[in-house]
Amino acid sequence: MSDHHGGPGHGLAARVRHVEALLEQRGLIDSGELDRALEAYLTRASPANGARLVARAWLDEGFRSRLLADANAALPELGLSMGGGMQEQRLKVVANTEATHNVIVCTLCSCYPIALLGPSPTWYKSESYRSRVVRDPRGVLGEFGFAPGPDVEIVVWDSTAESRYLVLPRRPAGTGELGEAELAALVTRNGLIGVAAV
Amino acid sequence: MTERFRAGDRVLTSRADPLHHTRLPRYARGATGTVVELEGRYPLPDDRSRGLPAAPEAVYAVRFSAAELFGAGDHQVTLALWESYLRPFPGRGQANE
Repeated sequence: MSDHHGGPGHGLAARVRHVEALLEQRGLIDSGELDRALEAYLTRASPANGARLVARAWLDEGFRSRLLADANAALPELGLSMGGGMQEQRLKVVANTEATHNVIVCTLCSCYPIALLGPSPTWYKSESYRSRVVRDPRGVLGEFGFAPGPDVEIVVWDSTAESRYLVLPRRPAGTGELGEAELAALVTRNGLIGVAAV
Repeated sequence: MTERFRAGDRVLTSRADPLHHTRLPRYARGATGTVVELEGRYPLPDDRSRGLPAAPEAVYAVRFSAAELFGAGDHQVTLALWESYLRPFPGRGQANE
């Protein structure tokens, strides 16, 4: 956020500091409590969380069903949540199939399941990705070196309201012998956004 | 509280171009889509951003064909849209609000 005089962030940053100071003055929060909460949240927020969800869903059909039906209710099974001490957001997990490939975007800003993926990559927030992936997803996926087959329908999910979306990739062939941790290691952040196969 | 739409319903999005904040992107205005599911109930950002009272309102995942939105493409785009942005399709008269 910019602190330059007249910059769009200047007034907002000052207001945030003012509100934080008022909360501390009135004893509603301790000094530094917000900073500690944010730090703790971001320390836990990592794509490893999303990868663990996927690996469990690949191994446990019951968990997969619960995850797709009500992701927020299924997350605690792995000790995860969409809140991390902050306000809980609705999560919707969308599963890739032989016939359908899902891709996530936020065309209006940069909404993203931070608790499960960590802070979003710069390209996800770029105007280039946000404006083009809804219009020409195959072209954008091609720039990531990913080309779903011509028979696969692409479904783009634009996070325009309060839900956050996460892609459940398809389990790669030839991984039948792998355990949960090994499977989780195959899952990439790009796969969870939908710009890679896994 | 009851929802106006159910999964499978056809809906038409608003064509309005408001001066205030809204979460109905330009590319999805005046478009016909299909309700996928109810996502939950949340206050309308158009009202919240103006400091107006905003009771929780149904938000739906609504799916559109790329051809409907852009006149080209074989993919689908799903948006999360507040009930205020939607009209039944086909509806009575012309929805241009």
